[in-house]
Amino acid sequence: MRKLWIRLTGVMAMALMVMPDVVLAAGEKASLLVIVADTRKLTGWEAWFANLYNESHLYFTIVTVVAIPIIGVILGFLADLVMSRIGIDLKSRELSEH
Amino acid sequence: MDWLYVLMPISGVTIFWPGLVILGIGVGIIGGFFGMGGAWMVTPGLNILGFPMAFAIGTDIAHMAGKSLISTMRHGKFGNVDYRLGVIMIVGTVAGFEIGAQMIMWLERIGKVDMIVRWMYVILLILIAWMVFADVAKKRKMEKELKAKGQDVDKLATGIEWHKTFHKLKIPPMVHFKAAGFTCSAWLPIFISFVTGWLAGILGIGGGLIRMPALIYFIGCPTHIAVGTDLFEVMISGLYGAGTYTFKGRTELLAAIIMLCGAAMGAQVGTVATKYIKGYGIRIAFGIAVVGCCISVIMKLIPRYIDGTKVAMDIASTTLILGLVAALSLYILIKMIQGAKQEVAAKKGRA
Repeated sequence: MRKLWIRLTGVMAMALMVMPDVVLAAGEKASLLVIVADTRKLTGWEAWFANLYNESHLYFTIVTVVAIPIIGVILGFLADLVMSRIGIDLKSRELSEH
Repeated sequence: MDWLYVLMPISGVTIFWPGLVILGIGVGIIGGFFGMGGAWMVTPGLNILGFPMAFAIGTDIAHMAGKSLISTMRHGKFGNVDYRLGVIMIVGTVAGFEIGAQMIMWLERIGKVDMIVRWMYVILLILIAWMVFADVAKKRKMEKELKAKGQDVDKLATGIEWHKTFHKLKIPPMVHFKAAGFTCSAWLPIFISFVTGWLAGILGIGGGLIRMPALIYFIGCPTHIAVGTDLFEVMISGLYGAGTYTFKGRTELLAAIIMLCGAAMGAQVGTVATKYIKGYGIRIAFGIAVVGCCISVIMKLIPRYIDGTKVAMDIASTTLILGLVAALSLYILIKMIQGAKQEVAAKKGRA
């Protein structure tokens, strides 16, 4: 069993490294056209963010990929708090049929 | 009313932000309830709000990753996620996607790829809808027969039971999936995820729409576990897709975050609603969503055969999809409120 897990993890890691483009290659293709953000009307964090996009897509990607799960967890936690105020059990489910 | 509009820093367009929140709530509810990303619902909505097409897909995928994370967290607490099954299936999904993508490139060289793909999609959706409704009809027939005999109905009984045949295959290694409650050969989920990944790769879709029924009918997951486990898969593929599209410069993070604000609440509602709706209720609603998606794809095919119908069909297809999102979200929301009211009343009664 342990061997299977090691193999599966290895295959997954290799797939993720070797196939950065291909996994979603069948989706609608992003064109090769380069889009530049117009920073003239922007100030503060918006200007910083648009500049980051213009200067390095790599850093912009890192910020996005890190920000999305963090924001997801924060919003999920806040939504959890709101839901828990209703007074229902949010940790189990009684229905157990198919 | 300027405050209702926000300037998108990357694409430079001004967007009606409450529209993004409402769209997020709608797809959050449906995604959390059915266990899918719902890209086919989001793209027309973003178009209507005036979003440039170049950014629509990347933004959708980025928001999908966050939304699926929220839904997976909640489904995980209900015990609806089989993480072992999800991890095993990623292997098959990635490999299937790769081959599907290669095949689509080969078809592109031959030509007419768009037509083949769209018709394949229609056939697949018809098959899924047939499978769901045939299953529901068979289960109802069984229940009627048992009631007529005065026997109790087994709540774990299902209509279509193809998975039982697949579970008889004892090809090692055999793996027990605790949350899903069955033991089968590891090759079964790998093979099924490979096929669903291959189809998703060819069709250029996320795959939740195919994977969810495959988890139920071929692998034998109870409906709730299928929904939760599928969302776990969508979360991982969504995060990866967000990285890929952002690197190509096609993601508007601000829009994704605004949508996520609505989706966070929507995902909670959709997920909690699964607590109050029986597995077969989810299957029927899912079947209706599949039929709606199928009709919208057919509408997009009509202008290829009848000239001058493109504008009308585009409007009709967008109206259908957004109407379906609104109707299903409302149905799920009402069910969730009714269930929560009953639970709170029962708690007070016990106290």
